Amino acid sequence: MLVFALLRLAPGDPAAIMAGDAATTEQIAQIRAGLGLERPLVVQFGIWLGKVLSGDLGESFYFRIKVTTLIGQRLEPTFALAALTILIAVLVAVPLGVLAAWRHGGWLDRALMGFSVLGFSVPVFVLAYLLIWLFSLELGWLPVQGYARLAEGVGAFLRHLILPAVTLSVIYIALIARVTRAAMLEALGEDYIRTARAKGLPELRVLVRHALANAAVPIVTVIGIGIAILIGGVVVTESVYAIPGLGRLTVDAVLARDFPTIQGVILFFSLVYVLVNLLIDLSYVFLDPRIRY
Amino acid sequence: MVLRNWSVRIGGAALLLLVVVAIAAPWLGTVDPTLFDAASRDLRPGEVGSIITLDGETLAHRFLMGSDSYGRDIYSRVLYGTRVSLAVGLAAALAALAFGIACGLVAGYLRRADGPLMRVMDGIMAIPAILIAIAVVALWRASLATVIVAIAIPEIPRVTRLVRSLVLTLREEPYVEAAVALGTPAVRIMFGHILPNTLAPLLVQGTYVCAFAILLEAILSFLGVGLPPDIPTWGNIMAEGRVQFVAYPHNVFFPGLFLAATVLAVNMLGDGLRDTLDPKLVVDEHA
Repeated sequence: MLVFALLRLAPGDPAAIMAGDAATTEQIAQIRAGLGLERPLVVQFGIWLGKVLSGDLGESFYFRIKVTTLIGQRLEPTFALAALTILIAVLVAVPLGVLAAWRHGGWLDRALMGFSVLGFSVPVFVLAYLLIWLFSLELGWLPVQGYARLAEGVGAFLRHLILPAVTLSVIYIALIARVTRAAMLEALGEDYIRTARAKGLPELRVLVRHALANAAVPIVTVIGIGIAILIGGVVVTESVYAIPGLGRLTVDAVLARDFPTIQGVILFFSLVYVLVNLLIDLSYVFLDPRIRY
Repeated sequence: MVLRNWSVRIGGAALLLLVVVAIAAPWLGTVDPTLFDAASRDLRPGEVGSIITLDGETLAHRFLMGSDSYGRDIYSRVLYGTRVSLAVGLAAALAALAFGIACGLVAGYLRRADGPLMRVMDGIMAIPAILIAIAVVALWRASLATVIVAIAIPEIPRVTRLVRSLVLTLREEPYVEAAVALGTPAVRIMFGHILPNTLAPLLVQGTYVCAFAILLEAILSFLGVGLPPDIPTWGNIMAEGRVQFVAYPHNVFFPGLFLAATVLAVNMLGDGLRDTLDPKLVVDEHA
């Protein structure tokens, strides 16, 4: 599994994007020549890979600073947003999924399944505007847009971040709750659950210690897969809420045709995605003692 | 059998309605979605204003969903936007299916191609879909074809994986072995014997790809990297309306409502089809 993760990390990705470039108009060909993109793909890729491995992502055409510096500057808001989103999503989705599986077929179960289909269907930005309209415009509880750095105080930081994080967590909640429910349903059907109940253990202990512990692997896996949704969501959410993070940087870079930055950010996001999933693969050892590498 | 499923019924009916709306858009009290009138800017839903036709005539027009900052009719733009959204969604889904089927058949049937091909697919899957789409649009010029390709590419690996896994089981079937024994060419076996048996799961996967494509197109347009802004798509209407969202939220909400309803309908259709066609089919969630 480790080799698999490394294989995904190494080849193709940026090269594939460049290959797509090959089939376009003369104007782009000129730019490409200026950037040294007219050399054979393999050579280009070699040079680029060499630089990347030594930690050099090149210089942004637009901002005129190193891409690595640029990413560093924009990291805090995105990281904060992602972390808060995951926190909210896990805290809401796992208990919901457990309860839905516990009362399988009950109203909560059906409501949750309905919500999860809805959660997949309502676009992030539509939801974002709905929440802004409700909480910022109608109720006036929260600021409409913008971002406050952690250094400016925890209160302001959270007030600016809570709405984007809730927006982003909805689809994540839908995903995690669904998988939690399915994994719990399977675990609850096992013999050891009947044994635990027969021993007269309290229901909460049966649910958490016996069922949830055995359902942990798929739940943690889907949290990792969901990082991809999260990254996509960050791009959109940061644009709607005017948060100066990596997502905004991506969109701005695309609009400015700032290739080194686009490449750098996409590489960075992919790296994070692969690393998180690698960590999750490794965490199986703790979650399920039967798994060894 | 399929039609007895409520999810299929509701999703299918809603989708049918949307298709009818898209086709019948010119006869549903709309005006040309590109028409504008400076005197009718920023009207609230239901207000009556004027609009100038291409011939220079000024007509009275009721703006059912209000107007935008150019004085264009949101109702007309949303209805015409349905055409674009459905067409892009369908085209991207078909493109992803076509490529995915081809790659999946090759990977599943030709052992030597399997490894390299699936590694490339893994590579594509390691990048979040929206980023691939944005990158493709960034490198090419934004046009209808580009956007469709940009949306289809991140979906290809998912279809490929599905087809490959189906092929791997189907190739062990006696009828395939019989065909091989008879000396049937590989291409003929792939398309004539294996492909027809993968259709049910592919149909289900196709609906999910379609739902995701519609969503992705709207996101791209909304971010300003999708179709040119003068084309009425739901994403473009929202992108235009977001600037004035605080004062005129309807510019964002009406297209958003249509978008959410459409994606929901397609997803419900997909869930229903999955439940009826093959209860054991596991379709991986969209990452």
